[in-house]
Formats: sequence, structure tokens, C-alpha cells
Amino acid sequence: MSVLSAKDLAVGYDHSPVLENINFTIEAGDYFCIVGENGSGKTTLMKTILGLQTPVSGKVEFGEGIEKDSIGYLPQQSDVQRDFPATVYEIVLSGCQNTLGNRFFYSKAQKEMALTNIKRMGILTLKNRCYRELSGGQQQRVLLARALCATQKLLLLDEPVAGLDPQVTEEMYELIEDLNKQGHTIIMISHDIENVKRYATKIFNVTEVV
Amino acid sequence: MEKLIMYLGFPFVRYALIVGVLIALCSSLLGVTLVLKRYSYIGDGLSHVAFGALAIATVLNLTNKMIIILPLTILAAILLLKNGNNSKVKGDAAIAMISVGALAFGYLLMNVFPSSANVSGDVCSTLFGSTSILTLTKEEVIICGILSVCVLVVFVLFYNRIFAVTFDENFANAVGTKVNFYNLLIATITAVIIVLAMNLVGSLLISALVIFPALSAMSVIKSFRGVTIFSAASSVICAFIGIIISILGGTPVGSTIVAVDVVMFLICFVIGKVKG
Repeated sequence: MSVLSAKDLAVGYDHSPVLENINFTIEAGDYFCIVGENGSGKTTLMKTILGLQTPVSGKVEFGEGIEKDSIGYLPQQSDVQRDFPATVYEIVLSGCQNTLGNRFFYSKAQKEMALTNIKRMGILTLKNRCYRELSGGQQQRVLLARALCATQKLLLLDEPVAGLDPQVTEEMYELIEDLNKQGHTIIMISHDIENVKRYATKIFNVTEVV
Repeated sequence: MEKLIMYLGFPFVRYALIVGVLIALCSSLLGVTLVLKRYSYIGDGLSHVAFGALAIATVLNLTNKMIIILPLTILAAILLLKNGNNSKVKGDAAIAMISVGALAFGYLLMNVFPSSANVSGDVCSTLFGSTSILTLTKEEVIICGILSVCVLVVFVLFYNRIFAVTFDENFANAVGTKVNFYNLLIATITAVIIVLAMNLVGSLLISALVIFPALSAMSVIKSFRGVTIFSAASSVICAFIGIIISILGGTPVGSTIVAVDVVMFLICFVIGKVKG
């Protein structure tokens, strides 16, 4: 079953494409990696897939049953987050925002889901700690737990191991592989081609398209 | 103490306390979000817009000046917050531009079409709030009360979404939260608070009400909910103490409140550093 496909897609800013002629299909259960050098347009492609940017031409099509509430996203960290006063639990719970619907507050089930995902990422002991005091690897686990609250199906990860040391990087890759085995479709951006080859089922190299 | 009780017997003193506490509460709630979104200076910019709007209203000789001030300030807030990071003029430059421009035009208008004999006195009281909080009418207190309650209710109801949008706009957008709508909401509430706060501390010192409680809270508290609550509490306490001091000591209300806020921030900052 196709989850997502790109047809003759061109992405970029203000009508000038950074990447053109993008064609791929992602099936359910895939571990799909988008690789390429820094500045080659990987993040722009990811943002277009997420609908944060409109494509210059062509289109992104989602498969049946893939809605906004079945997408989990792990963005690159921003300046704002680095010194943000919020606990791990508060941040993970905010992943449930896409299933809030017309309600104002999170339900009991949503709170339990946040806790479950915190346990899944092995950060239960950090639950009440402040996000800005955590190490880079721990912060990524928090953001991954949040992404899991937002989706049962599709996970988009933007450079999940950027800035992590080799051992933590390894742990992060294993964590993602586990999620893939548990049935999540993974779309990941990386410039770390060597490592990606070991895990990905499909690799899309943006530098080869142009 | 006796002097205080005597003063509390006057309705205008009670009005000042009610309005002061309400405004302090509202401004501190939004302050956390604004500081974290890197919009600390928006209070300053908008208050100058409000000053410019006030000048227009004064020149037109309107009895109810809010009719002009509120819509103009909301409009400016929306323009500033909506595309702050994508427009050609960047966020901080846009704020500086609108702020100084509105201030200049406001002062110009008031001088070219003077509505009273003492223009510089009028301007000074608008900028520093001097005594206007002690001359509030009952109607103004009621309007202020209603608007404050609206701000509070909206903030509490949308607390989770405001948190989501503040922490990570991209994530919120990606999972389908209407980020633009909530930014618009934050902009509107900010504008309402600024206009309300003009009476209290004047348009030059509003930024202080918005950012000091938030910064105090952030240096000692580690959760978003905690920061929000602490910020509100410290703002209310500072405003209360400030107003009492200014009544007893005959000091200007606005600057006294801000001075208390600064002291509170310094205490919190030191506590935060000691605790590590």
C-alpha cells in the first residue's frame, strides 16, 4: 500500500526550484531515507511533503487513510527550544495536539499515551526534568516521543542524529529501527550516507537527481 | 498603616488597585509566550502605536478614544506578528520602525493640533502614565474588568495550543494545527493588553509589565505551567506593592510598579543562579 508518492515534484522558494524531477513512492513499512549534502534541498523537500511549503510544480500525494493526524514530525532544533522552560512531559503531551479536535484540554487517554511514549523512548526518569537541561540525545528522544504521540503510521525525521556523539547516534538509529519494525513507516533525512545504508530499505539521493 | 486604610476608603484608590492587578495579571500571562517567541519588544512597539492612535483620537476630539485606539493597535499587532520572520523587513526592524514612526506622528499631531493648553504635560502623562490610573471612572474600571476576564478566559482555554505554537511552530503546522490563527489570536490579545496597560504605566513602560514577570519566572521555574503561574503571581504581587508604595510615598504609579518588578527580577535571578 502506497503511503506517499511524489510525481515530477519540484521544490524550492519563490518559484525558483532547489530540487527538480523528484519521483518516488513510499510503501507502508518502508524505511525511506533522503540523503544528500548540506544545502542540497533535503529540508525543503521535507517541508514540502509536510505541506509547510507549496511545491514549485508537481505534487505530493498521500495514500488512503493518511491524514494530518497520522503524521509525526521530528524537526531540527531551533534556537527557541534550546532555552525553553518546559518539562519533558509537557512537550511530549503537546504531540497530541492534532487529536484535540474541538476540545480545549487533553483527555485522560491522551495523557496516558504521552506517558506510554515516554516509557517507549526510555526517558521515564526524566519525565519532570526541564527540557533545556537535557543532553542532545535525550532531547531528541523527547522530540521523538512527541512525534509518536502525533502518529500511529508515518514518522518524518529531519537529521535525527545531527550533533550527537557516535555512541548516542548508534542508540538513536537502533531506536528508529525498532519503531520501523513495530510498523511505523519512516521517512528520514540524513547526510550520513554510510550509516543510513545499514538501516534504510530505500535510499533517495537528492544529489543524483539534479 | 492608618494612612493606608484611609486611602483605601477612597473609591479611586480601590479602582486603581483592581485595574492594576488585573492588567498585571493579563500582561504577565502573555509575556511568557512573547519572550519565548523572541517578541520581547512588541509591547514597546505596540504601545507607541497606541500612543499615536491616542493622538489621533485626541485631535478628532472623540469622547470614547478606545474606538480608534483598540482597532489600530490590533491591526499593528497582527501586521507585526503575522509574518514577522518571512517578510522583507525583519521582525525587530519592523517593530522599531512602526514604534518610532507612530511615536513621532503622535507627538507631531498633538503639537500641530493642540487640544489643551498643556501639550507637553499631556504627552508626559500618556508616556509615563503619571496619575491617570488615579483618575479612572467607574465605566473605565468595568471595561477594563470585562476585557481582562476575556483575555484570561481565552488564555486558559487555548493554553495547550498556545504552548504548542510557542514551543514549535513547525511541528504544530506539520500536524495540522492552525498556527496562523493562533498567532493572530496571540497578536490580538497582546494588543488588547497593551491598550489596557497604557492607563496603568503609560506607553513607555508597558514592555516592563510584559517581560519582567516572565523573565523572573524563567530564572527559577522549570516547567511551562509553573513559569506561567509564577509569572502571573509575581506580576500581581509587584503591581499591588507598587501601587501601595506610590500612594503612600506619592511616587509616580507606573515607574514604581516597574521598579518593584525589577527588584523581583533581581531576587529571582540571584536565587536561580544560587540553585544552579
